[in-house]
Amino acid sequence: MGMTEIILFNIAILSVIAVVAAIVLFFIAKKFKVEPNIMAEEIAEILPQANCGACGSAGCQDFANRCASSNADEFRSLYCPVGGRNVMIKIAQKLGYIAEDHEPTVAVLQCNGSCENAPDKVDYVGLKSCRLASRVFVGKTGCPNGCLRLGDCVRNCPFGAIEMNPKTGLPEVNPDKCTSCGTCIRICPRGLYEIRPVGANGVRVYVACKNKQKGATARKNCKSACIGCMKCAKICPDIKVENNLSYIPTTVSAEQYGKELASACPTGAIVYTGEKK
Amino acid sequence: MLKVSTAPHMYTPTNTVKIMQDVIISLIPAGLVGIAIFGLNALITIVTAVVGCVAMEYVACKYILKVKPSTKDLSAIVTGLLLAYNLPCNMPIWMTLIGCFVAIIIAKVAFGGIGKNLFNPALIGRVFLFISFPIQMTTWVEPKLFDFMNTDASTSATTLGILKHAEGEISASNLTSLIPDYTDMFLGYTGGSMGEVSAIALLLGLFYLLYRRVVSWHIPFFYVATFFALTSGFYYYTGDNSLDPVTHLLSGGLFLGAFFMATDYTTSPMSKKGKIIFAIGCGVLTFVIRRYSAYPEGVSFAILIMNAFVPLIDKFARPRAYGTRRK
Amino acid sequence: MKKIKTFTIGGIHPDKFKLSSDIAIEDAGVPEIVTIPVKQHIGAPAKILVGKGDKVKVGTLVADADGIISADVHSSVSGEVIKVEETETGSGYPEKMITIKVEGDEWEEDIDRTPDIVSEITASAEDIVNIIRKSGIVGMGGAGFPTPVKVTVPQGKNVDYLILNGIECEPYLTADDRLMQECSEQIVIGAKILSKALNAKKTVIAVDENKPNAIKTLKKAVGIHKGVSVQVCATKYPQGAEKQLITAVSGREVPSGGLPIDAGCVVQNVGTAFAIYEAVQKNKPLFERIVTVSGDDVEKAGNFRVRIGTPSSYLIEKAGQKSEIGKIIFGGPMMGIAGVNLNAPITKISSGILILKDESAYKPEVSPCIRCATCVDVCPQGLEPYMIHSLIRNGEYDEAEKIHVLDCIECGCCAYSCPARIPLLDYCKLAKYEIRKKK
Repeated sequence: MGMTEIILFNIAILSVIAVVAAIVLFFIAKKFKVEPNIMAEEIAEILPQANCGACGSAGCQDFANRCASSNADEFRSLYCPVGGRNVMIKIAQKLGYIAEDHEPTVAVLQCNGSCENAPDKVDYVGLKSCRLASRVFVGKTGCPNGCLRLGDCVRNCPFGAIEMNPKTGLPEVNPDKCTSCGTCIRICPRGLYEIRPVGANGVRVYVACKNKQKGATARKNCKSACIGCMKCAKICPDIKVENNLSYIPTTVSAEQYGKELASACPTGAIVYTGEKK
Repeated sequence: MLKVSTAPHMYTPTNTVKIMQDVIISLIPAGLVGIAIFGLNALITIVTAVVGCVAMEYVACKYILKVKPSTKDLSAIVTGLLLAYNLPCNMPIWMTLIGCFVAIIIAKVAFGGIGKNLFNPALIGRVFLFISFPIQMTTWVEPKLFDFMNTDASTSATTLGILKHAEGEISASNLTSLIPDYTDMFLGYTGGSMGEVSAIALLLGLFYLLYRRVVSWHIPFFYVATFFALTSGFYYYTGDNSLDPVTHLLSGGLFLGAFFMATDYTTSPMSKKGKIIFAIGCGVLTFVIRRYSAYPEGVSFAILIMNAFVPLIDKFARPRAYGTRRK
Repeated sequence: MKKIKTFTIGGIHPDKFKLSSDIAIEDAGVPEIVTIPVKQHIGAPAKILVGKGDKVKVGTLVADADGIISADVHSSVSGEVIKVEETETGSGYPEKMITIKVEGDEWEEDIDRTPDIVSEITASAEDIVNIIRKSGIVGMGGAGFPTPVKVTVPQGKNVDYLILNGIECEPYLTADDRLMQECSEQIVIGAKILSKALNAKKTVIAVDENKPNAIKTLKKAVGIHKGVSVQVCATKYPQGAEKQLITAVSGREVPSGGLPIDAGCVVQNVGTAFAIYEAVQKNKPLFERIVTVSGDDVEKAGNFRVRIGTPSSYLIEKAGQKSEIGKIIFGGPMMGIAGVNLNAPITKISSGILILKDESAYKPEVSPCIRCATCVDVCPQGLEPYMIHSLIRNGEYDEAEKIHVLDCIECGCCAYSCPARIPLLDYCKLAKYEIRKKK
C-alpha cells in the first residue's frame, strides 16, 4: 500500500467508528434521559454545599429538591442553618414565597471543667478520641458527665469553628464560624453541646454543666460543677432545677438576667457571655 | 499519676526499625559478593546510593512533606541498597544520584512517604536510569575475583543478553561455551548488576528473612515456581536452547527481584491469597518479557506492572472472615 | 495421646509471664469493708433488697435479678449494710453498690462448708438451671453473661459439644490454671452437672499445652468421674476466645453474627463450672472467686480466693508493690481494662489484677503504616485491621461494616503485633461503637 492509501484507509475506518459511536450514543442518551429539575438545580446553586445535614435533609441537593417541590406552607418549615436567613431569602425569591424569620443560633459547650476547675486525676495515654476514651474510663477529670478534653468535636467540625483552648483544655466555639449544623452534638459522647439562639446583641446565658450527681460528689471532681443550689431559680422562676442540675431555657433573656445569674452562681457554672471577668 | 489507656497493654518487641535492620542484614551477603567480584567501584556505587537516598529522604521530609524526617526508620537505606544492587558497578556517580532522586523524591515522597508509595522506589529508580541511559546501564564489567581496582569496562554481556541475542540459533553443544556454567552462576562469578549475580548470597538473605519472619514464603516461592514452570514447559515443548530453565533461574535479577523487591511490604498485597496472585502474575510477566520482548531481562518491569495491580488485588483477594464459611 | 488442636486463622504467641502458676491459692481473708456492685454482669442491674442498717450474713441475697438477662447478687461477708449508693467502679463511672461493714464471719446455715467432694448429681436438669439462677452465677471468664440464659437451650437447637474453657491464654493470669490444679474433681463434676442441664452429646475440658500440671490432675479426675474428656490445645493467643475455642475443639465455625449454639456448642469457663459445682452440690451461692494478682510492679505474684466486693488495694497490699504504680489493669494485659480507681471492688468477672511500673504504662509512639500485613496475618477473625484503620480515619463507617468489623472480638492481636504501633484495636472499637450507635 502506498502512503495515500494508508491515509485514506485510516480516514475511512475512523469515520465508520465515529458514525457507529454517534448512533449508539444517540440512543443511549435518549433511553437514559434524566429530566433535570431546573428549579432544584438553581436552588442547589444558592446553597452552601456543605452537605452537613443540619437542615434534616440528606445533603444540599436533597434540601434543594424539597424546597423546589414544596408549597408556601411547607416552605416555612424548611431552613438552612448554615446559609442562614440570606440564603433562605434568595430561595424564597426564586420560588415566589416569603422567607420565615429564623433566629440565628450557635453551638455552646455545657461544661466548664477546665484544667483549673477540674484538674487531671489520671493520665490518658491512648488514642486521642473522646468517643473511645469515654468507653474505657470516666475521663481524666473524674466527672462522668463532663468534657473529656480530647477534641473529637474540634477534629470533626466541618467548618473549623471549634478550637482547643490550650489554657483551659476545653474546646471553644467561634460564634462567627459556627453554623449550628449540629455535627458536634452528634459527635460528643457526653452530649455536651446545645444549639442556642445567638441572643440579642450576641449575649447568652447558660448552665455550663451536665453533671447530675449530688453537689458534694460533683464538686469533688470539678470546682465549677452545678450543685443544684436553686439560687438561679430564685432569681428567675423560668429556670428549672432537676436531678441536682439547673437548666436555663432559651426563653430567659440574657440581657435582663445574665449578669445577675452569673454572679449569683456560687460555683461559676453559669456562663454569661456579655461580660468577661 | 495513674496511666489509663485502651487494651492491649503489652506489645511485640518487633518494630519498623527492627524489620528494616533485618532487611539490611539480609542484603549484606549479596553486597559482599558484589564488592568481591567488581571491586572498589561496586563499593563506591553502593555508598553513593545509600548516602544519596538517605540525604534526599531527609531533605524531602523536612522541606516538602514538612514532617519529622523518617530517615530514622532506615527504609531509605534499604531503598539505597536495592537501587545500588540493580546497577552495573561502573555507573558514574551523578547517574546513581539521579537514580536516588527518582527513587526517593518521585517514587516515594511524592506519594506521601513511607507506606504510601504505589511502586517500588528502587525499581522506579532503576527503570528510569535504564531508559534514560541505556548504554551505561548495559555496560557490564567482566567479573574478576578480589581485584579491587577492577575498573576495566571491557564490556561483557550478561548471560541473559547472550541468550536473547542468540535466540533460537543455539544448539545444546555451543550453549555451554557461550554462557558461564551453573556453578559460576550459582556462586556469582558472572557479569550483571552488582547485587544480582550471586544466587547463593541472595538465598542466604532470603533464609534469614524467612527465619526472622520478616517476609512470608508465598511471594518468593510462587514467583520463582511460576517462572520456572513456564520456562521448563516451553523449553521442553519448543526445544529452544535459549530457554534453558536452570540458566534462566540463576541468571538475571530473578532472585533479587523475587526475594527482595516483590516482597516489599508497601508494594505487595496484604492477604496470603493476594500475595499468591501477585507472585504468579510476576512470574508470568517475567517469562513473557524475557521470552517475547526486545529486553533480555523483565523482572523490574514485571514487578512494577504487578505493583500497579496491588490495590485491585487487595480489594478482591480479601482474607476469609471467620464465620463466613460457605456450606 | 490425642492430637493437640488449635484454631486455623491468625493468632499470636506473646510472652507468657505466668509468674504465679506454681503458687498455691491463698485465702485472702475478709477485709474490713466490702463494696458489692449490683451490676457485675451483662444486662440489667439487680434490684436492691437491703437498706442502710440491715444485718446480712455470708450468702444472704442482697439484690434480686431484674429480668432474664440479669443476675442475683449475694453478700460475701457478714455484717451491717452502711451505704447503698453510687460509688466509683474501676473505670471511674458511678454505679449502685452496697457497702457492708464486716462483723465476724457468720455464714447462712444451709451452706455446706465441709471439704468433702459430692459426686452424685441428684438435681434434675430443671432444678440445676434454677439453682444456677438463684446462686447468681455469671460467666466468670470475663464477659459476665448470666449463666442461666446460657444453659437454657433454645428450641430446635441441640448441644453437640459442651466445652469447658480452661485455656487462660492471657499472659500473667493463672487463676484458672491454679483452680484446675487444685480443684480438678470439682470442675469435672461441675462439667457433668452442666452436661446434664444441657443434655450435651459430648463434654470436653479444653486446656492449653503450657499447663502440664493442670492437664495431669484433670486427666486423673476424668478417670474417676466418667463422661468427660480432656482436650489439649496449642498454646496460642486467643485460644481461649469462645469462637476460636469452638473451632479448635469441634472444627466448626460460629456463623458471622451468630451465637455458639448455632454451631451446636456451649462454652463455659472452668471457674464457672466450679461455681456451679459449689452451688448445686454444696448450696453455696457465688460470692467468692479466684483472682490472680501479678504484673511487673508486684513483689510476690499470687492467686487469692477473694470475697466479691473486696477492694483491689487490699489485694495489692497482700502481694506488695515495688514502686509507684503506673497502671492498674483489671483482667489480662491483652484485653483487660485499665482502671482509675485503686479501691475498685473485685467482681464476679475479675480474673486478675495487674499492676505495671510507670515505664511500662505508656503507649509506644506511633509511626506510619508500612503495609507489612502482620495485622491481617494475626487476626483470628480473618479481618483486615489496616483497612478498618484507614476507613475509620476517613469516617467511612458503612464501608467498615461491610468488611465485617462487627465480627471483631477485640482480642488485641492486631495492636499487639503492629510494628508501627498503630492502635488498630482502638479504631476497630470506635467503628463498632459508631456503627451500633447508628442502628
